[in-house]
Amino acid sequence: MAPLLTVENLRIELTTRDGVAPVIDDLSLNLNAGETLSFVGESGCGKSMTALALMGLLPEKVGRVAAGKIIFDGEDLTQASPQRLREIRGNDISMIFQEPMTSLNPVFSVGEQIAEAIRAHQNLSRKAAWDKAVELLDAVRIPNPKGRAVDYPFQMSGGQRQRAMIAMALACEPKLLIADEPTTALDVTVQAQIFDLLTDLQKQSGAAIILITHDMGAVAEMARDVIVMYAGRKAEYGPVDAIIEHPRHPYTQGLISCVPHIVSDMSEERPDLVEVPGIVPSLKDFGRDECLFASRCAHRTEQCLAERPPEKPFAGGQLADCWHAEEL
Amino acid sequence: MTDLLNVENLTVRFEVKRGGAFGKKAHLYAVDDVSFTVKAGETLAIVGESGSGKTTAALAVARLQAAYAGRIELDGEDILPMEGEALRQVRQKVQFIFQDPYSSLNPRKRAEAIVQEPLDSLSDKPAAEKAEIVKGLFEAVGLRPEQMRLFPHQFSGGQRQRIGIARALATQPELIICDEPVSALDVAVQAQILNLLRKLQKDFGLTYLFISHDLGVVQHMSDSIAVMYMGKVVEHARRMDLFSNPRHPYTQALLSAVPTVDRAKRAAQKRILIPGDPPDPVNLPKGCRFANRCPVAQDKCRQDEPALLDDGKGHRVACHFS
Amino acid sequence: MSDLMQEPIEQAQSPLAEAWGMFKRNHAAVAALGVLALIVLGAIFGPYIYPTDPFEMVWAPFSPPGQEGYLLGTDYLGRDLLAMIINGARVSLMIGLAAAVVSIFIGVTVGALAGFYRGWVEEVLMRITEFFQVLPTLLFSMVLVALFGASLPMITFAIGVVSWTAVARITRSEFLRIRELEYVKASRASGASNRKLMFGVILPNALPPIIVQSALMVGSAILFEAGLSFLGLTDPNVVSWGQIIGSNRQYILDAGYTVTIPGIAIFVTVLAISLVGDGLNDALNPKLRQR
Repeated sequence: MAPLLTVENLRIELTTRDGVAPVIDDLSLNLNAGETLSFVGESGCGKSMTALALMGLLPEKVGRVAAGKIIFDGEDLTQASPQRLREIRGNDISMIFQEPMTSLNPVFSVGEQIAEAIRAHQNLSRKAAWDKAVELLDAVRIPNPKGRAVDYPFQMSGGQRQRAMIAMALACEPKLLIADEPTTALDVTVQAQIFDLLTDLQKQSGAAIILITHDMGAVAEMARDVIVMYAGRKAEYGPVDAIIEHPRHPYTQGLISCVPHIVSDMSEERPDLVEVPGIVPSLKDFGRDECLFASRCAHRTEQCLAERPPEKPFAGGQLADCWHAEEL
Repeated sequence: MTDLLNVENLTVRFEVKRGGAFGKKAHLYAVDDVSFTVKAGETLAIVGESGSGKTTAALAVARLQAAYAGRIELDGEDILPMEGEALRQVRQKVQFIFQDPYSSLNPRKRAEAIVQEPLDSLSDKPAAEKAEIVKGLFEAVGLRPEQMRLFPHQFSGGQRQRIGIARALATQPELIICDEPVSALDVAVQAQILNLLRKLQKDFGLTYLFISHDLGVVQHMSDSIAVMYMGKVVEHARRMDLFSNPRHPYTQALLSAVPTVDRAKRAAQKRILIPGDPPDPVNLPKGCRFANRCPVAQDKCRQDEPALLDDGKGHRVACHFS
Repeated sequence: MSDLMQEPIEQAQSPLAEAWGMFKRNHAAVAALGVLALIVLGAIFGPYIYPTDPFEMVWAPFSPPGQEGYLLGTDYLGRDLLAMIINGARVSLMIGLAAAVVSIFIGVTVGALAGFYRGWVEEVLMRITEFFQVLPTLLFSMVLVALFGASLPMITFAIGVVSWTAVARITRSEFLRIRELEYVKASRASGASNRKLMFGVILPNALPPIIVQSALMVGSAILFEAGLSFLGLTDPNVVSWGQIIGSNRQYILDAGYTVTIPGIAIFVTVLAISLVGDGLNDALNPKLRQR
């Protein structure tokens, strides 16, 4: 079976005041229906830009696909017309955002907005669309969905708004759901509910999910595969379990060990956290022919500064872009 | 070890208007009869989700938010009724590190002036000595002297938080209140700041009141933990006790909700989902505030509010069935 | 950690230098600033370079521009229009500036107190502001001038009193926003007094929109003065642009240039001020900074 989504050597360029910067540089991936892929990395690493590119929503005039293909369901989205992209958005690919308050329209009730989303893509009567909206609110576990459908966004809690957003994203039974930091603005107990909900919905509908996050814990809970992004490039790509077990890229190692996790064997003494010194380079340094992580890396050698590291394959389909991946 | 900070029955309430300008006035008890202690040289973490009142409690301890009732003892002295010169003395001893490194620094001041501000307002040291202190602080928090003349927007988020920390250290305080000091930072930068805070604690013998929603961070930073829910402390225990043996159902749910990279922990643990939403804070139900979401709630929980009781070993829980 | 810390160090650049950098990118504003500078220089030094008395009859009335060496011609009393424009520039700009200062003073004080103290202080001050807002401004200032006499200070004061409400509202909304920011709390935790918080911490950060508003107000005050003068409510002992138009208005059909020329002077000045205000908005608005 061909994967639902294939990205081949994608390069996205952003025009800035300092010139053209590749915010996504030579990215390839495969995603099958019913599976979850996660993008992880610090802010400014190109995670969200990938999502926008998949949606055909790159900022006009500023961003463009410079090379590569995005093949979704057998169709290359980089060649599709704006008309066709609009059709695909909402019908086949949906997105949920970090801040549900700003992505819902405050002057319409939640039910109306979901019904509107349904009617924009499906030929249903007003009444039928409303009934389906109530059904969807029920599916995302909003108690008393009939009564809550007439509520306005401000009358709902953050978790309920995010669930309403998910209901809206699911309105047209998308094949691919892109979730951009869907739980960052929410409390952990609510995050647990949302993750639980997403997993269940995925099982029922067979949709593929792309989860964009900065939290390795969330990746471990939710995803099968993970792409660690750094400065617009893939640092490491492969099955989550293998990568957490043995990260081959120093940035992945840093991301995992710099966060204090709750572990099963907690001890009285707490050693210092592993630091990843410095910060993500600025856009104008993207695209250089060197390892962009080198300035923050403890394993840096001459070679890292001389040439961009190649992709090195490891057992289980793990890929790491690091000159020293074998030694790590 | 002695208690540096002893908070007793602290209550902070806000007036809320229901139903427009002429609506009935009601009160929202953001912090409701809360007590906790912090030992000198240790870190007490207050954990809770949004709306739990943890930040309000912290602001009240720092005298940045008016309290309605209770006592806040610092070194055995109640600082709540203090005003004027006495309050100035207290402010020297209690300093605050804010959550958002972007809004907590005055954008029109140079970094050195920001760090020096507490000295200017609170101490009578000569100018040369103040400048010397500021220079030392920049070094202590890992910033370079040539950065002292810069403006806040010329720093990265992590560097800004270092400036915020330097400012909090300026008056050599005994107690530093850290309100979510890393939650606005990127993960890789969080580690730098957390390590710095622990190093400073060791070097200067600081006492922290650490406010956070992130149990992973709390686990790493604290010596004891108070868990808050809807304005109440529901559990207060030493670090190891709380994490290895959480006794309040809310603490248990909170701990199980945190995603982890530890496969063994994930496999061993069944996630406890707490359905629904917290009750309306203005119209609180009778009995335990967690009862409507609690997996083990009984009739009794909906009638009587449980008190925070000590098990004799310093582990305090507010639950009828713990 | 230190040798790996490779975060870039920027040059210390003051906010002022940075604002100028942004201002420079707005070409219309830079051109307008040049025009405005010429007008101001003309108003200051013009009377010394061109010392003709604007009240003196120098030639036959209604001589069109260019005749007999009078560049802009003469008005209905045979006075030199060029001398009147030059001297009028002083008065018009002075009134514009002074009226703006008056309204900024009132507006910032009211807005700052209301925004900082909230509660009943805010209620009372904002009701007063609303009262002034709904007054018909031209009528009210006419009443003031008619009652207390048409002297320059009175006219300035009248204009200031009717136009401070916008400044008050802007100042208040900025104060409401900034007082909740953490750096204000941080200053409070550092022991800053209320006065220091208000004027040392919040006000400097609230200034950008106030500055922009003030620049625009200078322009509207000049227009306002012209309006009052046109209606004859003016100090007869000084020349202002509005007054030139007002006194020549009967002859608008026969000698259009006597009205058009001061009209152009007002138009160019107010337009230049507006464009500079627009440039200041770009320069001081942090949201536009990173573009």
